[in-house]
Amino acid sequence: MIDDFFLRAILGGLGVALIAGPLGCFMVWRRMAYFGAALSHSALLGVALGLALGLSPTVGITLMCLGVALLIAALERQRRLPSDTIMGIVAHGALAFGLLAVGMMESLRADLIGFLFGDILAIGEMDLVLIYGAAIAVGVVLLAMWRPLLSATVHESLAAVEGAPVGRVRLLYMLLIALVVGVGMKVVGLLLIVSLFLIPAAAARRLSATPEQMAWGAAAIGAVSVVLGLLASLYLDTPSGPSIVVVATIIFAATLAWPGRSARRSA
Amino acid sequence: MASGQHTAPPKSDERSDAGERLIEARDLCLRYAARHVLDHVDMDVTRGEIVTLVGLNGCGKSTLARVLLGLVAPDSGTVWRAPDLRVGYTPQDLAIDRTLPLTVARFLTLGRSVPRDRLIEALGEVGAEGVIDNQLWEISGGELHRVALARALLREPDLLVLDEPVAGVDVSRQADLYDLIARIRDRRGCGVLLISHDLNLVMAATDRVVCLNHHVCCTGRPMEVVRDPQFQALFGASIAQSLAVYRHDHDHDHDDSGRVVSAEEETP
Repeated sequence: MIDDFFLRAILGGLGVALIAGPLGCFMVWRRMAYFGAALSHSALLGVALGLALGLSPTVGITLMCLGVALLIAALERQRRLPSDTIMGIVAHGALAFGLLAVGMMESLRADLIGFLFGDILAIGEMDLVLIYGAAIAVGVVLLAMWRPLLSATVHESLAAVEGAPVGRVRLLYMLLIALVVGVGMKVVGLLLIVSLFLIPAAAARRLSATPEQMAWGAAAIGAVSVVLGLLASLYLDTPSGPSIVVVATIIFAATLAWPGRSARRSA
Repeated sequence: MASGQHTAPPKSDERSDAGERLIEARDLCLRYAARHVLDHVDMDVTRGEIVTLVGLNGCGKSTLARVLLGLVAPDSGTVWRAPDLRVGYTPQDLAIDRTLPLTVARFLTLGRSVPRDRLIEALGEVGAEGVIDNQLWEISGGELHRVALARALLREPDLLVLDEPVAGVDVSRQADLYDLIARIRDRRGCGVLLISHDLNLVMAATDRVVCLNHHVCCTGRPMEVVRDPQFQALFGASIAQSLAVYRHDHDHDHDDSGRVVSAEEETP
């Protein structure tokens, strides 16, 4: 017998995992894991922003993530510092500010653990609308820009010479990540959200011969992790968000034993 | 910095008998912070011509190529391109990460869809037809250069811009690649801009050399350039001398007058 809240948790988790997997593949290929971390670490500040503006935490977090994505894009364009340094500063600066903000707001302090590790069992109907609205929008945009994004991922200058709008697809991709991080925050929380992008993608890597196979594989592995993780949390009484990530990590570890494609001996 | 230009770049009227001009940069300047990366640089490539841009690492070669390709805007100066110029480009740092599963066939069609028989044809032209279904990360460095060249050729280019096209390839195989580039030029009649920091083989494979050290030090046919004091100052007189001998033996070029002879005259 499945309760409504559990069904909503599964549906919400699936929505996020299905879109985070393909987006996560590009995060792996483009080496942008730090970018995801920088966005997610700004979530607490987003919660405070939402409260200040009278918006829900999810909307506040999403707005903050979009803003941080634009900030990072602008800082990168200046080329004053290496990318990973910029992301590290933004991530931890935003987290520290966020912790201060939440600490000062009596009403939020009790929810801190939920923001850090997610609160998937508290997903409501409005959350589902936001998650699926974002997932469908992100999926459509991702499909539309798949070829130029992939080409720019392989080699940005080469893609640009061939006429791909590399600057635009890079910025758009960053905003898509921000959107999914924002709506996905409730599933596993700010400390673990990046793992929903990275781990299924990395697990799908060894099982795939094309970029598309890896994207679908990452979506599928993410979905399986959500369902198995939630069932585990139900029957073993473990925390839900971390259980999902643990399942994904076990699947990833299992793929390491997979033989994979052996390198051809080439002259 | 006009004093740096020992050999003046050829004026358009002097080369009116040469082929159609494909790309022409005039008086390019580019600074990063206070550093002059490009200092009043002139550069052009004509159809059917192989031009090699040489210079030490950090001399501005790749930046000049990026300006010519339209990837970077210069602070001042102009880049003129022939109308509807199609450019094929092979980048220097094409290293495919193992985390990205991508076959050679797929790599060739990242820009636009191309039927498989045309892929096989293009790979055949560069001598790499055997790797079409291999993953990009599992082919050798030389094969990767050839595959990149095939992707450039699929665009039916008027101008090929090849940034370090033999980097990381065994010396014994480098001559093969330069021969291939020369054959492509002969067959297709496109212009070729090579960028190279290696001097030996590239000198034998080129019609005109432009030696860059932020400004254009000297330019001309390989034989003339290696005798140029500016070139010898940059690369060392002994290297220049050995290149001159190498070139001499290879081309039986006994022209010692130093006068500019149209590169087309000795095109094979």
